[in-house]
Amino acid sequence: MTTLQSIWFVLVGVLLLGYTLLDGFDLGVGSLYLFTKDPKERERMLYSIGPFWDSNQVWLLTGGGAIFAAFPMVYATVFSGFYLALMLVLFALIFRAVSLEFQHQLDTPGWRKWWDIGFGIGSLLPSILFGVAMGNILRGVPLDAKANFIGDFFGLLNPYSLVLGLLSCSMFALHGATFLYAQTDGALKEKTRRWARTAWMGLVLFFIIGTVWSLAATPRLFTNFFDQPLLFILPLTVIVGLVYVPVALAKGKPLTPFLASSLTIAGLWGTIGASLFPYMVPAINDLSNSLTIFNASSSERTLTVMLILALIGLPIVLTYTSYIYRTFLKSNKGVTVTGSKSSKSFSNM
Amino acid sequence: MDVVLLSRIQFALTAGFHFIFPPLTIGMAWLIFIMQTKFLRSGDELYARMSRFWLKLFAISFVVGVATGITMEFQFGTNWSEYSRFVGDIFGGPLAAEGIFAFFLESAFMGVLIWGANRVSKKMYWFSSLMVAVGSTLSALWIIIANSWQQTPTAYHIVNGRAELTDFWAAIMNPSTVPRYLHTVDGALITGAFFVIGISAYYLLRQRHLDFAKESMKYALIVALAASLVQLYFGHMHSVQVAETQPEKLAALEGLFESEKGASLLIFGIPDEKAGVTHFRIGIPKALSLLAHNDPEAEVKGLQAFPEDERPPVLMPFLSFHLMVGLGTFFILFTLWGLWLWKKDTLWTNRTFLTVALWSIPLPFIANEVGWIAAEVGRQPWIVYKLLKTVDGISFTVPAWQILASIILFVAIYILLFVTWFFLLRKKLDAGPEEANSGVIRNVSGTGVGL
Repeated sequence: MTTLQSIWFVLVGVLLLGYTLLDGFDLGVGSLYLFTKDPKERERMLYSIGPFWDSNQVWLLTGGGAIFAAFPMVYATVFSGFYLALMLVLFALIFRAVSLEFQHQLDTPGWRKWWDIGFGIGSLLPSILFGVAMGNILRGVPLDAKANFIGDFFGLLNPYSLVLGLLSCSMFALHGATFLYAQTDGALKEKTRRWARTAWMGLVLFFIIGTVWSLAATPRLFTNFFDQPLLFILPLTVIVGLVYVPVALAKGKPLTPFLASSLTIAGLWGTIGASLFPYMVPAINDLSNSLTIFNASSSERTLTVMLILALIGLPIVLTYTSYIYRTFLKSNKGVTVTGSKSSKSFSNM
Repeated sequence: MDVVLLSRIQFALTAGFHFIFPPLTIGMAWLIFIMQTKFLRSGDELYARMSRFWLKLFAISFVVGVATGITMEFQFGTNWSEYSRFVGDIFGGPLAAEGIFAFFLESAFMGVLIWGANRVSKKMYWFSSLMVAVGSTLSALWIIIANSWQQTPTAYHIVNGRAELTDFWAAIMNPSTVPRYLHTVDGALITGAFFVIGISAYYLLRQRHLDFAKESMKYALIVALAASLVQLYFGHMHSVQVAETQPEKLAALEGLFESEKGASLLIFGIPDEKAGVTHFRIGIPKALSLLAHNDPEAEVKGLQAFPEDERPPVLMPFLSFHLMVGLGTFFILFTLWGLWLWKKDTLWTNRTFLTVALWSIPLPFIANEVGWIAAEVGRQPWIVYKLLKTVDGISFTVPAWQILASIILFVAIYILLFVTWFFLLRKKLDAGPEEANSGVIRNVSGTGVGL
């Protein structure tokens, strides 16, 4: 049973990593969208994520479903506890989704402007709030003996968590910029290189601040590493990834900056998981009120059945998803926006 | 304000709004697949044009369904955390499975349908249309499984005050899953088909895009007719199941207060909950007993046979249910009328039929909504039938003002979405199918991409 609970802890992490790697670049592209006004560049950016964003977002829904199925107590406590924050994420994601599809339905500039803003803000807001949420989880939240959240919304906006919000925002922006870097050429490519550099600097800065702050304020996050020094490989991965990003950008190979960014993200999730284990929602007021993988999980039967379903389902998902990616990335190469009437939609859907 | 009431209002609003879209897109997905199949077989451009146009309307509806669907998954945790704690061991599984086995499928291949028109082979494109239809239909399956378990829970035992799974397969195949799934998906086919019929009728009335409209109408009419007729059986199957497993609900749906032998099936009536009677009853004698228990003399239990604090409200389920049945009857008569006109070859010119067809577009949507109202209000006061009451399922930690705030925002945003969706539909409708192919982004070889 303990093994099963641990497997599910890792599996939930893998699903959330999948979300961060895949929808992460969509979110990043969406946030960067606010930094260009050129309609052709915006079109190109939208085009690069168009075929993928919807299925990328499913990783979040599946991750949420997996938490509900495997750790219902965590799902119940976190979702009700972070009520207003999650509502904000929700409204942002709703706007983002419809903006993406509505934006190119009509040719009038006013129409596009509004949905462009919806897409940009709808991407930027979750990129920050996901980090803020993670910050609160790492730091711990006030829980009563029945593991009900007893804090309030403004308590969630503590400085430590806000730093992690900036960290995640830079991380998504870097990921989006490196994704665009692989997909574009010309002036836009140069721009994405600059974006990637700036985001990278932010990520490094906030990673350092976050690490030092954690060490000072929440030393329990480090105990696992000193018990199992092998785990240091995870933060090391982050550092390797971070160091490699500017090197890869300088070398100019299309895909390597994106891979470096992906490596960084994978390392970050690994580090977070290793810091928390076996806690899922630590209680800041009294650690014994915490939700752990042991007291928050579903029954052995449910964990087993769900594991079987995941082992059947995920390989299938990965197969057709990678097929679709290959198809579109191949034919995306060399796509340029032509025609002076950039107001005419490229997809016209 | 009362947190329970607010949470219920929010759930009803968000679920009700969300459910405008999935039935439409499930139904349309299958019609688009049929058109794609026809195109693949015959190579006739007309079918490519058809599927392209309907796909445009499909896409803007699909995205609203997706966006508002995220709300639903969040909401069990945000507003019903006690419920989530109680059922998580069983209820979370189908939701996760929906992601893995259905949602990925439909959204991944949806990307191909929207963006891949000239980037994948004809066969691959056809296959993608099939996967979108299959994915969305499977998506419905997992959701219905989860909801059906709330209606007729099986294969659980209570451990530490929570329901734990004893048999996955039995929980999935609980008594109401199959009838409710068939009933719902068939309703989706009717919705999609009536939508296509109505819009084709609009073009025929205006003498525009005649070939396109006639051909679309034919396929949709066949689907609508078949689905409406089959619904007679699925609906009956579902009622029999309700009679067996949730007799209080049946009594509410039929406005039956006192148990009756040889109970009649009401066509009209006004239930008066305070007095405990249904006024102005017009019914078919013995029909309810016959339909529900397969015996004209069988006793049907009335609400008074159940403890007072376990009775569902009557008026809302009664009215919703009867409206749904009335609409279902209309769907059958209307599609038969269409078939008859088709035989006489006046389907394309009969202005009365075409006008009715156009104005019938909203009717299946209404039938879907009232069907759910009957099902969910009829389950009250339980959130999980006989196991957990709705009042005990809420998030006790969320203050009322926060829920009120989110309701206000939901209403504002959903109104905006609905208006935009409708406005875009009108735009696409006015533009018509001819304009469908004007992609501007071109790849190096000069072929247009996009639709």
